[in-house]
Amino acid sequence: MPVYHLKTPISEEEIRKLKVNDVLYITGTIVTARDQAHRRALEYLKEGKPLPINLEGLAVFHCGPVVAKEGDKWVAVAAGPTTSTRMDLFEDEFIKNFKVRVVIGKGGMGKRTTDAMAKYGAVYGAFTGGAAILAAKAIKNVRGVEWLDLGTPEALWIFEVENFGPLTVAIDSHGNNLFLDVAKNVEENRKKIYQKLGLPP
Amino acid sequence: MKPEIVENVAFNLIRQAVIYLPEDVKQALKKAYEEETSEAGKTQLKAILENIELAEKYQAPICQDTGTIIFYVSAGAEVRGLDKLENALINATRKATKEIPLRPNAVDPFTQKNSGDNTGRFIPYIHWEIAPGNTLELTVMTKGGGSENVCLTGMLVPGEGINGLKKFVIESIIKAGAQPCPPTIVGVAMGGGADIAMKLAKKALLRPLNEPNPNPEIAKLERELYEAANMTGIGPMGLGGKTTVLGVHVEYAYRHPASFPAAVAFNCWAARRATARIHEDGSVEYLTHKEKV
Repeated sequence: MPVYHLKTPISEEEIRKLKVNDVLYITGTIVTARDQAHRRALEYLKEGKPLPINLEGLAVFHCGPVVAKEGDKWVAVAAGPTTSTRMDLFEDEFIKNFKVRVVIGKGGMGKRTTDAMAKYGAVYGAFTGGAAILAAKAIKNVRGVEWLDLGTPEALWIFEVENFGPLTVAIDSHGNNLFLDVAKNVEENRKKIYQKLGLPP
Repeated sequence: MKPEIVENVAFNLIRQAVIYLPEDVKQALKKAYEEETSEAGKTQLKAILENIELAEKYQAPICQDTGTIIFYVSAGAEVRGLDKLENALINATRKATKEIPLRPNAVDPFTQKNSGDNTGRFIPYIHWEIAPGNTLELTVMTKGGGSENVCLTGMLVPGEGINGLKKFVIESIIKAGAQPCPPTIVGVAMGGGADIAMKLAKKALLRPLNEPNPNPEIAKLERELYEAANMTGIGPMGLGGKTTVLGVHVEYAYRHPASFPAAVAFNCWAARRATARIHEDGSVEYLTHKEKV
């Protein structure tokens, strides 16, 4: 399976080369955003206010990290992904308007996000849920934090990363979605399971 | 029993739980990695095993979601000073949040404000049991939100009997899909009532993976559900593969003739738990993490 190492800002052309099942490592800037930050970012957009950071070509990371302050410097102690489906509500608008090229999370996303990724050129990189130290060790510097009033898990954390991954490309920019493929396969397996357990279909 | 001892032990337990996975879970994950045939699934299990080692090496929490802190207390009836225990557990939680550190995970559901120290109304939650004797057994479960979000309670039709339960469990696992960070541990309970079933299902998550239910019929049901769950193809982190669950633990209580309550609780692969026993003289035995004090 092909392995890609990309540097932010990532261009649309680079992202279009990726296919589902490819493995991706990112070097550069990634920004965390969960439910509340997505919501606020889109509110800012509606009000015509600029975001505290330009997200074009960057990766957005569904993550609420454990952080510690050493002197006046923030350190990411543990920073694995959170469940992405909650962000399906916002992600299509987010990709369209802020031009992020990679969405990092766990658990996959639905059709609305998949369609937006195909239309505007972005991929979903699945990072192993719970692998928080693996992620934290790739974070070389916490460049900043915005919207800390939302609480540390929900704030926008700006991370400088080196070879952040492995990310399994689970949604590519061509309409393929590995999670939806697995779901189809599970549907087929359900019949066999019912048979094995002696359950009526 | 001195509250300072309980506080200290509770702090140690939280620390052990969030940094070191119990040995049975680690072994089950290693076995899953060796046996997994899906490429994407194997990549996930490899990252999981690597992460477990890194957490131990750097003494950092395995997962950034350090969970909701839940204590299970089994208090000997002769233990004195139990009225000071709740406060000791709250203090331990605050200290752990600051010093380990843990992510602050206690939010007021009405105002949406995060308390910042993992405490708040009913949190950390404490389950109490009175046992004979003069020792105190203290267990902590630090329960992740992703796996909590897919827990289900169902009031099944008694006429369907055990088939109804099997169907409910399999459908719950399929519905949960990738969300609870598979491979998961699944706690199942039937009977009692809606609340009792979920309480038993969640407590079943504390049972080690190599301990089947002592009732052979229930143990057989556990095995059957385990095999069925791993036929779904959901796989590690829902990316496809043959390891969807590491174990299924079933518990039961007698039911009302008109009701068949059932509950399915999930724990992510980072199934964090730790137990210690405190004796009357203040000596402490760490039961799940012997070498990690």
